[in-house]
Amino acid sequence: MISIDKDLIKNIVSNGKRLDNREFDQYRDIIIETNVIPQAEGSARVKIGDTEVIAGVKLDLGEPFPDSGDEGMLMVGAEFVPLASEEFEAGPPSESSIELARVVDRAIRESKCIDMKKLCIKEGEKVWCVFVDIDVIDHDGNLIDASALASVAALMNTKMLKLEKDGENYKVNYEEKTDEPLPLLKKPVNTTFVKIGNAILADPTVQEEDTMDARLTVGTFEEDGEIKLCSMQKGGSEGFTIDEIEKIIDLAEIKGKEIREKL
Amino acid sequence: MTRIDGRKFDELREIEAKVGILKNANGSAYFRLGDSIAIAGVFGPRTVHPKHEEKAETAILRTDYRMSPFATVTRNRPGPGRREREISLVTREALTPVLFLEEYPKTAIDVHIEILQASASTRCVGINAASLALADAGIPMRDLVASCSAGIVNKEIVLDIAGKEDTEGEVDLPIAYYPRHKKITLLQMDGIATKKQVKEIIKLAVKGALEIYEVQKQALRKKYEEVK
Repeated sequence: MISIDKDLIKNIVSNGKRLDNREFDQYRDIIIETNVIPQAEGSARVKIGDTEVIAGVKLDLGEPFPDSGDEGMLMVGAEFVPLASEEFEAGPPSESSIELARVVDRAIRESKCIDMKKLCIKEGEKVWCVFVDIDVIDHDGNLIDASALASVAALMNTKMLKLEKDGENYKVNYEEKTDEPLPLLKKPVNTTFVKIGNAILADPTVQEEDTMDARLTVGTFEEDGEIKLCSMQKGGSEGFTIDEIEKIIDLAEIKGKEIREKL
Repeated sequence: MTRIDGRKFDELREIEAKVGILKNANGSAYFRLGDSIAIAGVFGPRTVHPKHEEKAETAILRTDYRMSPFATVTRNRPGPGRREREISLVTREALTPVLFLEEYPKTAIDVHIEILQASASTRCVGINAASLALADAGIPMRDLVASCSAGIVNKEIVLDIAGKEDTEGEVDLPIAYYPRHKKITLLQMDGIATKKQVKEIIKLAVKGALEIYEVQKQALRKKYEEVK
């Protein structure tokens, strides 16, 4: 983005406004559609304003990690599809797409969203692997929140594949989905805020991200009627004061609740 | 009540810091926190290769965090994986705020971090070494960056989670901090905690970073005392 745009955004924000007239703590409209890719075991398309991502869940059998032999495995990947932005290039995964996948992974993993113990087929030998893959289709900022939301919506809509036993061996019938849902325990949500000057803005657009000093993503979920945090990730080339971080954590609690209701 | 290694809840592991440990790098440092050991080397500001990464209006900071195959309990596969690439990114963002990159257009500052032994908080140890190496290279800085983690182990809020505690730890929250502007430049968290706990953990991590900051300053002074 050319620097005159950055100055414009900074100016507008310092006057208490945003380019799209939103309040500082206001999200753009969020649309969640599920089962958009029927051939995947679970899928969802999420739009936050003009940002659009699709998450798909595929299942397969695998060998568990030695230190968690009785638990299924989770793998999250993200692809910045070049058609989503002129900034995206084809080729190996970029630093930001790796960060995106890892931040989404962290919220899902740390909140214990998936009941991993139920995904164990034979301890130490066979477990279900859950692959969540995120395709960024259109980039207008806040990819982290959109991707996390799409991933959790896709997990909620995932149906287990049919497992067949052939003598001592287990086999998956990839053609046949059962009615059994993926065992889920929690609904984690990521909420992202950026700092521009002295202002804290929720759900940044791509222009606001290009202008931002720093970014903070907070993962929250509900447990026993209480909101808890499960992950955080700071980004951007400036820092936050402790007060700013505390303000964002307070906002994340409120905004996370709002978004969770849409799932 | 104490911890697995006998430390108090708000006590750091033993710290050792040295600068100017390498001959070839323009600046270098060794930083040890308990059993976690990092060395860092800085080259630059220097010409940018490949050329297309060059920026007309500013220097670019490139950070490269890697872990030796022998650093971990079971052998660690060499080469940067997704974890290493993410840590390189957050390390760069942790260090950028204290540098005057705009003063050195069309150049690159390369920071290489090698984790020689890993026992939790390796990203923090790496940042502490990198920050010292940048200062040792004579690159102007607003301040040193000090990094440290805090979290929850066995329901207690504790400072500087050690290797053994890390696997049992419920929450791990690393930060990087530069005292002059009182800014947090790295913040990550995983594990489950309430809002109140998180706020407390952040404050404890900042307290730990301030202790590390003092040790970093001593390490830099020591080099010049030796010159005299």
